[in-house]
Amino acid sequence: MSQLAAVESPRWVRIGLIPLLQLVLALAVSSLVVLMIGEDPIRAFKIMIQGAISTEFGGLSNTLYYTTNFIFTGLAVAVASHAGLFNIGGEGQAYVGGLAVAIVCLALDSTLNVWLIAPLVVVGCAAFGAFWGVIPGYLQAKRGSHIVVTTIMFNFIAMAFMSYALVVWISPLGGNSTDSRYWAADAVLPKWHEMASSFGMNASFSLLNPVLLLALACCVLVWVLIWRTRLGYAIRTVGSNPHAATYAGINANRIIIITMAISGALAGMMAVNEVYAAQGRLILNFTSGFGFMGIAVALMGRNHPFGIVLASLLFGALYQGGTELQFEISSISPQMVLVIQGLVVFFTGALDRLVREPVESLFQRRAIVAANASTGVAK
Amino acid sequence: MTAPAIELKTINKRFGPVWANRDINLRVMPGTVHGIVGENGAGKSTLMSILYGFYIADDGQTLVNGQELTIQNSQQAITAGIGMVHQHFMLVEPFTVLENVMLGMEGQGLLSRARGKARKALNDIASRYGLNIDPDAIVGDLPVGLQQRVEILKALYRGAKILILDEPTSVLTPQEAGQLFEILESLRSQGVTILLITHKLREIMAITNHVSVMRAGQMVAHRDTVKTNPEELAELMVGRKVLLTVDKEPARPGENRMTVDKIGYVDSRGVKCLKDISFSLRAGEILGVAGVTGNGQTELMKVLSGALSPTSGSVKLETRSGVQVLKVGEWPDAGQMRDYSIGHVPEDRLQQGVVKSFDASENAILGYHNKPEYGQPLLNPEKVVKATREMMDAYDVRPQLPSMKTANFSGGNQQKLVLAREMMKEPDILLIGQPTRGVDIGAIEFIHRNMIEARDKGAAVLLVSVELDEILSLSDRIIVMNDGAITGEVVASETNETELGVLMTSSADGDEPKLQKHGLQKEPEKEKEEVVV
Amino acid sequence: MDMLDHIFSLLGASIRMATPLIFAAMAGIYSERSGVVDIGLEGKMLFGAFAAAVASFETGNPFLGLLAGIVICVLLSLMHGYASVKIRGDQVISGLAVNFLASGLTVTLGHAWYGQGGLTPALTNSQRFTGITLPGAEWLGAHVPVIGPFYEQVISGHNLLVYAAFAVVALTYRALFSTRFGLHLRATGEEPNAVDSAGISVAWVRYRAVLIAGVLCGFAGAYLSIAQNAAFQREMTSGRGYIALAAVIFGKWHPKGALGACLLFGFLQAMETRMQNVQIPMIGELPSQLFSAIPYIITVVLLAGFIGKAVAPKAIGVPYVKER
Repeated sequence: MSQLAAVESPRWVRIGLIPLLQLVLALAVSSLVVLMIGEDPIRAFKIMIQGAISTEFGGLSNTLYYTTNFIFTGLAVAVASHAGLFNIGGEGQAYVGGLAVAIVCLALDSTLNVWLIAPLVVVGCAAFGAFWGVIPGYLQAKRGSHIVVTTIMFNFIAMAFMSYALVVWISPLGGNSTDSRYWAADAVLPKWHEMASSFGMNASFSLLNPVLLLALACCVLVWVLIWRTRLGYAIRTVGSNPHAATYAGINANRIIIITMAISGALAGMMAVNEVYAAQGRLILNFTSGFGFMGIAVALMGRNHPFGIVLASLLFGALYQGGTELQFEISSISPQMVLVIQGLVVFFTGALDRLVREPVESLFQRRAIVAANASTGVAK
Repeated sequence: MTAPAIELKTINKRFGPVWANRDINLRVMPGTVHGIVGENGAGKSTLMSILYGFYIADDGQTLVNGQELTIQNSQQAITAGIGMVHQHFMLVEPFTVLENVMLGMEGQGLLSRARGKARKALNDIASRYGLNIDPDAIVGDLPVGLQQRVEILKALYRGAKILILDEPTSVLTPQEAGQLFEILESLRSQGVTILLITHKLREIMAITNHVSVMRAGQMVAHRDTVKTNPEELAELMVGRKVLLTVDKEPARPGENRMTVDKIGYVDSRGVKCLKDISFSLRAGEILGVAGVTGNGQTELMKVLSGALSPTSGSVKLETRSGVQVLKVGEWPDAGQMRDYSIGHVPEDRLQQGVVKSFDASENAILGYHNKPEYGQPLLNPEKVVKATREMMDAYDVRPQLPSMKTANFSGGNQQKLVLAREMMKEPDILLIGQPTRGVDIGAIEFIHRNMIEARDKGAAVLLVSVELDEILSLSDRIIVMNDGAITGEVVASETNETELGVLMTSSADGDEPKLQKHGLQKEPEKEKEEVVV
Repeated sequence: MDMLDHIFSLLGASIRMATPLIFAAMAGIYSERSGVVDIGLEGKMLFGAFAAAVASFETGNPFLGLLAGIVICVLLSLMHGYASVKIRGDQVISGLAVNFLASGLTVTLGHAWYGQGGLTPALTNSQRFTGITLPGAEWLGAHVPVIGPFYEQVISGHNLLVYAAFAVVALTYRALFSTRFGLHLRATGEEPNAVDSAGISVAWVRYRAVLIAGVLCGFAGAYLSIAQNAAFQREMTSGRGYIALAAVIFGKWHPKGALGACLLFGFLQAMETRMQNVQIPMIGELPSQLFSAIPYIITVVLLAGFIGKAVAPKAIGVPYVKER
């Protein structure tokens, strides 16, 4: 009996097949929406895929540029959720991270070159994001306020604060009323197409830049953090069983605060890609939902860095494909991507059980039958 | 001949591959107290849940007062005159007694009139059965014994003629349990049929007319209580002769390992959970802590293991890592306590001892995860798995799969893994709570033998258990706790259950027991407008 | 009297700003008191606003617009209820999904139907709920000092939905504390086991709660697009759903408290526009952003227990599973 209970469905089913089925469901419902507005969903998806992977018009590299954003915000959600914390505040943490870029660049872009400025920007974004994440973490740990509600509130506080900062402090230094000026060109990382042309290759314009490598490095670091370090062990213990953490001498409150700092730092680093490298200036509401998208990415990627890379690619492709779509089919708004995002969150998150339970029990039954057949035990 | 109040015929219930109930037959005569005994996990609670409509049996017949019924939800059970007092109370704590009693039985949409009617009916029932209680008291403020009384009133208010009580004394003090049994007597004399589920044979012998024994999902025997005895019932429950004594040499206590001096703990609500606890624990002895659950044993274990800081007192440790005097304000955490050579098998394995979603190997280092032997600077999975294999070997943990999810091991095997983790480090001091809770018989013997072995190797063992048998057979000395204080210390070989029972109910400082303070007397009627929660 | 006029017009505006918050906060109270977290207030309001604007424009009847808003919100509520109650999924995630879906679908559909980047066509007055002058308002305003203008400018002159919002608060209060349904609802949010064992269906109580929440969100949304404004605009709720959630917490899950919080937050919103370029002695000009941030800041402060303590219903966010 205990051995039968031990049968789990195979790993590829749990982290491969089930998310895939959920994605298919989400896309199927999205197709209904496309049908509803009188367009052909197959054609729409075709255009999106082409738009996302074409190298001719920079589609693929823009996909990777979006992917970079989603890796950061997805990792942020994932790290927090390993500690049992639902960080909805990625949007605000990334937004505040943008302020770090502005401070560093506005102050130093005429004096320092890119090699000195880029590390400062990375550290600054991580620090600002961490600060914005650590306050809700502290309030959860020490004052018992619920992290979900506090991080939501902090998103809005960030919005108000940043619009004040932009209008009152930053734009008077140059730029439009709600934007900063552009950073000096030699203080900014080169974009992929610029690098390619300096090697004699021809790549079309895109916003892809070397920050993608930083994002991938963060994936590796997060994997090591969660599964190989003692801090990661403590984070997972706190997330799965806080009582066991106390029993093991792990200070859960400390872990919550540290985790939220790491999570916030990861979200904050999205600004390195978006504000520092891609846009080259600080724009009002530059996060435009990328922080929230991290929730979908982490859900889809099952909180694992590798899964997050795949999910980020998927959502990067959807975003890029979505922008292409409006050129081909004018009646479909690029906001269609939000619909798909919502449905993915719904099917992989809220309705997880709907698909998971029947599929898993199917494979469990098969495994039990196989086990009984091989041992010859009739139960 | 009158029809049985309840008759079950070949009831079957499976959860996946597990038979929770198999071919269950049961006849309960009206106006009697019928006991159902069995070990934890024997299927008693599942059976009662089927009777009460929480679960639906896979097949079989249920007859209530001779009529066949299919009970598919609690509402149908209530209509059939069946009431249930659950082990975990089903009470809305911010509501008043009255609101809890009338919940689901309001009869009309507007509460003002419903309240009036319910109040009258509640008073009638309370006076008929002698169950006095203040209808306007907030349930969350009542002591446990009175909360249970609200549960009984709820059932009676719903017209229950058949009352199921699931392990009703597990949360009660002995006084409260005594009062409960008086209530049950009075109910029986008024013609109420009572089904008493318990694993305590003393209760069966004290109050039941008939008793049925369950083992591993099956009904193994029915007896008239007067024609049986505890030994026979115990044997039926476990399926073989129980060894009530453990073979062991007399202890050879050595030097003091732990000296506890006037430890006190006041929790955040201001309740004094520990009152000036003092004792010493020596190498090579097992000191048992006896007492009804909830009298401070849990807090004591938490304080000594570093999970909780006391509010007064001190502890002196004399172990291989030197002499430490632990004081309030600089209390070590559980990690530091382990560095002081204290191993801790927690009372509640699933709540504290393991992380269910972890691999077995990850749980094998819980609490010791900072030790460099598991890899530096990163954790080295190979080293962790190797250590886990050694533990599984030595303590016969099955299956021997370090990568298997902990939740998929049986309770006994989880417990053996925890014991291996804590005992194989051979700490000077071992704190062991409820070592055999939820563990099968075979594993119990194994665990007991290992504890004696650890003692003989020189460990100082502190054992907390609610099972008096376990305390009596393993301990060399016994301290008894009641209401957060030590009420006595005895030598294990010179005492018995009766003496321990007296100590478990006596008070240390002459404080009036909590029970009498709360609304036992009826307060004058007053109309409350509403309860804002 | 100029000062008084200022104050009264500010109060009148506060009430108009508070109205959608009140509907949404009451929706939140029903849902959360039953134990279902409702992060999706924002999305439901948004979609409700869209549906109301579309239906009102197409039919020319604001009541049909309101009805459409309600129907759409009830559908979204059912989606949330299905995920939360039946599938026992994560309620926060489900609510977020509703929000994402609503902000995507409203623009997608609006863009496809009207091609104005998500905007719906402007509504004429007959397609909207417009202000109602209560009997005697003008006469009292002209003849009775202080109380007259107060009646004329603060009490009178609002549209039907504003008055409905206050009626809803009273009804909610009665429903929660004086009816059987309210007793069941509150019990379900605290101790669903007790409810189940009393023979009441936890699922049915929760479904009813989220359905009512849907209806009220429909009112909130319709108010935004066909009463306060004359069209649907992209993201026109702009965080009001979350402010309403904050009001629920601030009001400690109690209709009276939440009403107070909504009025306060409405007042702050009304101040935001009025305080621009206003110099306050000693302080100078207050940034308008401060006013939009205050509701969130004080909710954080309250949740952190610095001013009183907000205790949520015990079973909130926890899917009900029968004990084994």
